[in-house]
Amino acid sequence: MKTALWVVAWVVLAPFIGGLLAGVDRIITARMQSRVGPPVLQPFYDVLKLFGKRGNVVNAFQNFYMICFLVFVIVTGCLFFSGGDLLLTIFALAVAGVFFVLGAFSPNSPYSNIGAERELLQMMSYEPVLIIMAVGMFMVTKSWHVDAIAGFHQLLFAYLPGVFVAFLFVLTIKLRKSPFDLSMSHHGHQELVKGATTEFSGPALAVIEIAHWYENILLMGFVYLFFACNWIAAIAAVMVTYFIEIFIDNTFARLTWRFTVKSSWIVAGVFGVVNIFCVAFLIK
Amino acid sequence: MNILLFLLLFHAAMSLVFAVLPPNAFRNMLVRISAALIAAGSVCAAVVFNGHDQFFKVEFPYIDMFFFGGEMLLSLFLLYKCIGIKRREWYIPVLIIAQAGIMAYCELSGAMPKVENALYIDNFSVIMALIIGIVGSLICFYATSYMRDYHHHNPQMKDRQRSFFFILFFFLSAMFGVVFANNLAWLYLFWEITTLSSFILIGYPKTEEATRNAYLALGLNLLGGLGFAGGILYLVKFGGLHTVDLNQIITFGRINAGTLGKINSGVVLIPVVLICFAGLAKSAQMPFSSWLLGAMVAPTPVSALLHSSTMVKAGIFIIIKFAPVLQGTWAGYFLALVGGITFLLTSIIAVTQNNAKRVLAYSTIANLGLIVACAGVGTPQTLWAAVLLTIFHAVSKGLLFLGVGSIEHKIGSRDIEDMGGLIVNRPGLAVVMIVGILGMFLAPFGMLISKWACLEAFVNVKYTPLLAVLLAYGSAPTMFFWTKWMGKIVSVPGGTAKGEGRVPGDEWTALAVLAFATVATAALFPLISWASVAPYIAGLYHVESQAAAGLTQGNIIIMLILLGLMVVLPLGFLAYPKKPNYVARYLGGANIGENDSFVGAMGATQHATLRNYYLSGFFSEKKLTVAGIVLSILLIVTMFSAVKL
Repeated sequence: MKTALWVVAWVVLAPFIGGLLAGVDRIITARMQSRVGPPVLQPFYDVLKLFGKRGNVVNAFQNFYMICFLVFVIVTGCLFFSGGDLLLTIFALAVAGVFFVLGAFSPNSPYSNIGAERELLQMMSYEPVLIIMAVGMFMVTKSWHVDAIAGFHQLLFAYLPGVFVAFLFVLTIKLRKSPFDLSMSHHGHQELVKGATTEFSGPALAVIEIAHWYENILLMGFVYLFFACNWIAAIAAVMVTYFIEIFIDNTFARLTWRFTVKSSWIVAGVFGVVNIFCVAFLIK
Repeated sequence: MNILLFLLLFHAAMSLVFAVLPPNAFRNMLVRISAALIAAGSVCAAVVFNGHDQFFKVEFPYIDMFFFGGEMLLSLFLLYKCIGIKRREWYIPVLIIAQAGIMAYCELSGAMPKVENALYIDNFSVIMALIIGIVGSLICFYATSYMRDYHHHNPQMKDRQRSFFFILFFFLSAMFGVVFANNLAWLYLFWEITTLSSFILIGYPKTEEATRNAYLALGLNLLGGLGFAGGILYLVKFGGLHTVDLNQIITFGRINAGTLGKINSGVVLIPVVLICFAGLAKSAQMPFSSWLLGAMVAPTPVSALLHSSTMVKAGIFIIIKFAPVLQGTWAGYFLALVGGITFLLTSIIAVTQNNAKRVLAYSTIANLGLIVACAGVGTPQTLWAAVLLTIFHAVSKGLLFLGVGSIEHKIGSRDIEDMGGLIVNRPGLAVVMIVGILGMFLAPFGMLISKWACLEAFVNVKYTPLLAVLLAYGSAPTMFFWTKWMGKIVSVPGGTAKGEGRVPGDEWTALAVLAFATVATAALFPLISWASVAPYIAGLYHVESQAAAGLTQGNIIIMLILLGLMVVLPLGFLAYPKKPNYVARYLGGANIGENDSFVGAMGATQHATLRNYYLSGFFSEKKLTVAGIVLSILLIVTMFSAVKL
């Protein structure tokens, strides 16, 4: 029953919270840049407007992949919020990502194509960290299941500070924040135009945006797990984390994909792997 | 027993027929019939023997001498073949003579022990027999029309199809021998026949490149074979085990691991590690990986055969077989690390390849690395994952190779870059390829199921989470190279090659069955596990059948739901609006004509062409290969020296 409630809450509420988060994000970003910024509900207005627009396509297939992307993001969240297997959640998230990339490949436009390649590079960058995170959480809590990890009586962060640092690093990639917003930036005036989403318009673009909101909430769920022993602290940690991400977004210029892949693999190795080795030797 | 003999001997007998029949419709029909019979035979064997392990006595006068004679003849034949070698391939005859010498010494000194039950069958043999019988047969099916087209496309090449089909069937026969032989001396002969067969098949095109690559494959596999012969020598002459009964050795190794601790473990471990060394060579693990890459020069059915149902699977078979002995030993752990390093490095190298067959080859090596890693760890869960990986890999990889072969004959290229637009030009082949690729890396298909089980099991390995880390890093590039390939297939550019004519019916049969099997094995894996894999492992380790499964029931159900979703989602495509608003793609200028040119700056017409990322400046194939060879040699040396630990 509780599981079902969580799943329903995820499916229904996540886009609203995600949209709000995006609105707050835009206001804070604006303030950091000494602007007033849009109203907090602006992301919702944008998406509603997109739904009202005519959807242009380059070929008949492209929107199909994006709908699959949304479906699999939602399924991933269902697995996560129903307390399912953390590894499976990560794999399902990868499935969603693959659909997104296929959608970007499909129109065969130079801009979306490069966006797709870069999105893949980003996936290659963060995937090891996510798996190492799950491994680390298992080693401490002795369970792969999200509900058991969330119910762990001690502060997970205290055991896995290195893994958390590595996760924070790739979280920037996953949230599509600068300096790692390589594949599709929300600023449409740069070398890649809109990157992976260049050829999407109207409702399809709205679907992508909603999927992105869902994804952000899921990622915040990952952050929550590190602090789950105390829910107030955990929510505070989630907020602080998101604020840090906004801050990073506004203080860094975009970096190259080479740097992205290299640095995230190295950070994962130095912080994540060393951390789980310590855990392996200390907890036995 | 009769079924076993049928599987062992039928193809061998048929191979003699094909050695004389010219390539015509009658020959093709005969190939199809015998392939179908063997497939049916292996299914029969599965029905009869699954869950009923049996040993068979082969009471035939001088049978052991017959096998010994076969080994000597084979060595002589290989020596004769050595007239074609170059100066720097001097090591090949040396290896042949060394092996033959060891085997002759064992036999002629009268020390070769008798094995009561020369043949056996258990659940794992059944699974392997199904792989060889079904996937192998489909490849024979495919080969009939492929070889015709092959010689049509390469008129300069001499048509030697008779020897091709002779070897092909002989090869399959020997593979059955590998999985049914309980007498290691017999197994050794079958092992060497697979080496010989692949040598001849790789050299089939008779070009200089093919010949050199064939000798490379021969040399490296002989090096492995020397390990095998050394293992037999140790069993016979030293160590005090005095048996070449495969299953007795495993049982003894298990008891040894369980009760005696590590005191006396070298007695079993030394020969086991030597034979596993042979397995490493055969399954093209680093540092031996180069032979499998060189094998790409052969016609596609050969590649498909080497990669999916024979050759490399023989190497994996023997290592998985010995996994229970390796459990908890340092030697096993270092063996696992060889696999883990191979998995990581070859996955990265695969990113840099644009030749479809080379991508597939590197992916094979990587996946076999994972299987070796599982077997080296040797816990029930990893063994479960290893067996399932073997099944899934055989089906998906067979499919992908045959798919690439058909594409190559149609669009005239095996370069992934030329596969753009396949989804509109040849939707059938595109779907087949996508199914194969999905099967190789994405949830909820086969390979991912096993990868997941591996990961969960690796974390519980007693030493360190190192293997889990290797797997985490290796999975990321795997996703990269498969997805970009798939991206190329689903992209819809203008003006790409479609090729003439339809794909021949035989090829379609093989492709369709394998594509179906890829989805079916993913859907039915709980059944496969419950009926065959789990009982096999439970029996080996004396644990509950439930505990032997690598995934919990809840997770299996979720996987099935995901699979259902994957099958249902494309149906949603039917609900797509009939007339969407088509627009030209954005090229940053005014588009011209067919949607792939535009007016750029200064009014010049620019043609937009797109290529995938290969990161060859970022990841260097050469450097990574060298690193892999050095690391794996170090690990193998450590493995041997860790035998006594």
